[in-house]
Amino acid sequence: MSSLKTRLRAYWTLIKSLQTGLLLITGLAAYMSARCPVTTWETLLAVTATLFLAISGSTVLNMVYDRDIDAKMKRACMRPLPAGKASAREALALGLVLSIAGIGGALLMNPLYGAVVFAGLFFDVVVYTIWLKRRTPYSIIIGGWAGGMPALAGRALAVGAIDPLGILLALAVLLWIPTHIMTYNIKYVDDYARAGVPTFPSVYGIRATRVIITLSSVGAAIAVMLAAIGIGMDWGLLRLLVVLSGGLLALAAASMWRPSERLNLGLFKYASVYMLGSMLLLAAEAF
Amino acid sequence: MKQFDRALLLITGLLAAYQIVVGVKGADALAGLGYLTAFGVLLVAGLLLIIFGFEILASPIVVVVAALIPLGLAFGLVAHYFAAFEMIALGAAIIGLLAIAVTRFGARGALATMALAVVHGVAGILIFGLPIVLWLRGSAPPGFALVGGGGALIGLGGLLLSFLKVGKPILAQETILRVLPGLLLLMTASFVAGFAAL
Repeated sequence: MSSLKTRLRAYWTLIKSLQTGLLLITGLAAYMSARCPVTTWETLLAVTATLFLAISGSTVLNMVYDRDIDAKMKRACMRPLPAGKASAREALALGLVLSIAGIGGALLMNPLYGAVVFAGLFFDVVVYTIWLKRRTPYSIIIGGWAGGMPALAGRALAVGAIDPLGILLALAVLLWIPTHIMTYNIKYVDDYARAGVPTFPSVYGIRATRVIITLSSVGAAIAVMLAAIGIGMDWGLLRLLVVLSGGLLALAAASMWRPSERLNLGLFKYASVYMLGSMLLLAAEAF
Repeated sequence: MKQFDRALLLITGLLAAYQIVVGVKGADALAGLGYLTAFGVLLVAGLLLIIFGFEILASPIVVVVAALIPLGLAFGLVAHYFAAFEMIALGAAIIGLLAIAVTRFGARGALATMALAVVHGVAGILIFGLPIVLWLRGSAPPGFALVGGGGALIGLGGLLLSFLKVGKPILAQETILRVLPGLLLLMTASFVAGFAAL
């Protein structure tokens, strides 16, 4: 019993629950942004299940492929695979089962939705992790499209097509990703160098990376605001979104003006809160 | 910072977010902008306190930005109920903010403390007094006086932090930081309840 518990705990770590949860919320918010009558509880549950399975699956597959570099990084060496809490073989099986279940379910619901969910997984595992991550620091920008796919998929399912608002929502996530990841790249710059993973701070320096973080924060805030206006967000919710966006921009500017480790980590946390908050506001439009 | 303090700050932020969404009844664009600034800073300040902890209060920029809370509310109230004075109030708010910023980053010392005390004092008196006067005059419902209660609490918080900053604390730093999240929550709840009465 206790070994099963340990194993389940290792599996839960393998799916990076917080990151998966945040991406899942972007997909649900994009789906709900199309409002009733498409937002039925049955479909909502099915979207939750399929996106959760597909995102978890791709995360586990990434963990399997990256287990060698994880073992070299202080930050990641305690993850289940390098720490020996789960074998690569069982993690691969878990990743494949979750991915096939997620994509299969999504395809059964709607072929377009399924295709976008599959594209997300393909971009994340093949384009980002296998092809680009160890070759170029630009991997997070090109592979970052994977992060926008849950939002694009959710919106595509709701409206039956890939519409400009869906692309805008995906773009918002794509532009938010550098803020999220590069703040971590700065904090763990030595760790990434040890593992041989090229990052913006190691290739272009920390100052240039901070400029990119600020620009990406501005871009993400603009994309979220434009999407909110396009969706026809209520004026009160829009005011709240402006305030949250202002906080993100102020922190990003402050991290350029008076850079510090503490501010850097604070920006990382606020960016996550911002993405969660803005997606909840988009979802709130459904009610 | 304790989890309980984080929870109090989160509720404060959610109350401020609620006030931003519902707005203030009867406020025109300029008054609305004043209220939005105050509650917006309150919301973001609550989030930043949760993320960075109380150490963020030591930053001079935080002192300047935090002044937007009483200044925004005081200006909002004047623009809302005494429209003839709204430009004077706007000018005074901008001068007050500049005075705090310039002295905080430039002169510091006694001048900086004086600027902070004067600006917070005047704004605090307006936030405390105007809602009560409006209620007594019959221009606002009795519940609106709660905004004045919030004004008293913001004044108390401002005084405690200002005296702490100049090295003459009224209460010990630990005590101030222990009561601060509760004080912020009570203050925000008073404002929200007061504006809901309109």
